[in-house]
Amino acid sequence: MKAMSEPIRFHFDVDGEDFSSAGGASVIVKKKLRQLGLSPEIIRKVSIAMYEGEINMVIHANGGTADISVDDREITIVLADRGPGIPDIGLAMQEGYSTAKENIRTLGFGAGMGLPNMKKYSDEMQIETEIGVGTTVTMKIRL
Amino acid sequence: MATYKHSVSLEAEKCRGCTTCLKRCPTEAIRIRDGRAVINAERCIDCGECIKVCPYKAKKATHDSLSCIKNYKYSVALPAPSLYGQFENMPGIGRIIRGLRDLGFDDVYEVACAAELVSAYTRLYLQREDVKKPVISSACPTISRMISTNYPFLCENIMPILPPVDIAAYLAREKAKEEHPELSDEDIGIVFISPCPAKVSYVKNGFAGNRNYIDAVLSVRDVYFALLDVMKARQDEPSESTDAGIVGIGWATTGGEAKALFNERYLAADGIENCIEVLEQLDNSDLEGIDFIELNACAGGCVGGAMTVANPYVTQAKLQSLKQCLPVSPNRPASPWIPDQFFNKKTVEYQPYSALSDDKAEAMRMMGDIEAVMETLPKIDCGSCGAPTCMAFAEDIVKGETTADECTVNMRMLFHRYLEQRKEQSYLDRLNPLSKKEEDGKE
Repeated sequence: MKAMSEPIRFHFDVDGEDFSSAGGASVIVKKKLRQLGLSPEIIRKVSIAMYEGEINMVIHANGGTADISVDDREITIVLADRGPGIPDIGLAMQEGYSTAKENIRTLGFGAGMGLPNMKKYSDEMQIETEIGVGTTVTMKIRL
Repeated sequence: MATYKHSVSLEAEKCRGCTTCLKRCPTEAIRIRDGRAVINAERCIDCGECIKVCPYKAKKATHDSLSCIKNYKYSVALPAPSLYGQFENMPGIGRIIRGLRDLGFDDVYEVACAAELVSAYTRLYLQREDVKKPVISSACPTISRMISTNYPFLCENIMPILPPVDIAAYLAREKAKEEHPELSDEDIGIVFISPCPAKVSYVKNGFAGNRNYIDAVLSVRDVYFALLDVMKARQDEPSESTDAGIVGIGWATTGGEAKALFNERYLAADGIENCIEVLEQLDNSDLEGIDFIELNACAGGCVGGAMTVANPYVTQAKLQSLKQCLPVSPNRPASPWIPDQFFNKKTVEYQPYSALSDDKAEAMRMMGDIEAVMETLPKIDCGSCGAPTCMAFAEDIVKGETTADECTVNMRMLFHRYLEQRKEQSYLDRLNPLSKKEEDGKE
């Protein structure tokens, strides 16, 4: 059997202050995946899942980090923040449910589709969260 | 992709390898090699940014020359509306139309007239149930090419109706044949006067599908200077009038196309960087509440094209005063449906840039190497190595297109360390012209 190649890793700090640059990491990752010759469908899934996650971290957690690793089987996206944590994951997963403040909604965000979209576009999603400590979302997209 | 004909090119002898264009190219298509700029044909989208910023005028747009009209028994000028706003103290558009005839054209068909038809057709198109929204304008070829190379899922959002210039060319040819039945198709030359190199590439590559109705493309700049002479000679004579209205001429500037839809659910952006941001957002979300997107690669819209003469905003102001006494939209479609020949036969296809390697495992290995090389680079994107960013430089190294010693920052550090080891302080002193002066003063 062919040995699994060493995964490639990308790390990004997601700035919590800046709405206009939110989604910047997903743009870079999209370009990298295209250079690897992955299919547009796979790239789209990664891009949307990451974009939604980045926006979430900016809205709710004052930013965080995004770590992406790519091996020959799957792409893993780990989004970690030191935000307030999610009190009720079941509720947060419901389409249209949002705790975003009014000022954020007026920017067109906070439609309550972030987490549902992240789940929809990834093949596997795991949420670890602790109130007052932070949230880590791990998403996997199989190649 | 290798057969794609570009309008933007370089006059190598004028280029000094200054890196100005390198930093402004939106697709990172330019590298400096052996002290000269080199354009990567696969990546270039003919936006003309490099032409606009080059301090040595080494970048140029290839287009046809005015003398080409001699090749045809009957030639028709298709002026883009941006041409009208180039002149100082222009009393009316009619004078420009007559000037074009005086230059030797047998007839003039204004692109602005066809633009009014496209506005009417777009309103019809947006009412269809089966349309994927938001619909993206098909008018700017740079944007269409940007989408075809980078946004596979947005290709079908591009409006399939032909841009005004193609419809103008079709109608101009039909008109010529009707008025002069003795002419054959080869006798007629349809000559577009374009504000930008992207439209030249668009025509030369036959983007419009099966049939290309345009025979030659001139630059607004060339025609402007030629017109100055002929218009001066007939300054005091009464002139013709324009057939276009406020809507058609409005297409020359950003928002003109979108406003003509009489539907506020539109987004209009200009400047290639802004357009890319909008496309990125649209690629990840659906920009709710927007039915139509007008994107212009040039700041100000077509008036900002690299083959114009005047400043885009000055042009815009002049167009405003020229169109104020005109009717809103005198050109109306003959039918309440969109004629078949006005649809683009060829839809925009996804044509991505080449991957690092056709072999996935090899591409992965190269990507790993790129990240490793990147770690050794200063990350200040100075461009001295000939690549626009340190990341692009790392990619070029791994692809074997350049070598790590082109990094002037790393080389300087190496050089300093070398001199320090050899305790050759005198070499460093020699580099400082002031320390030499001080010595001279002492003597």
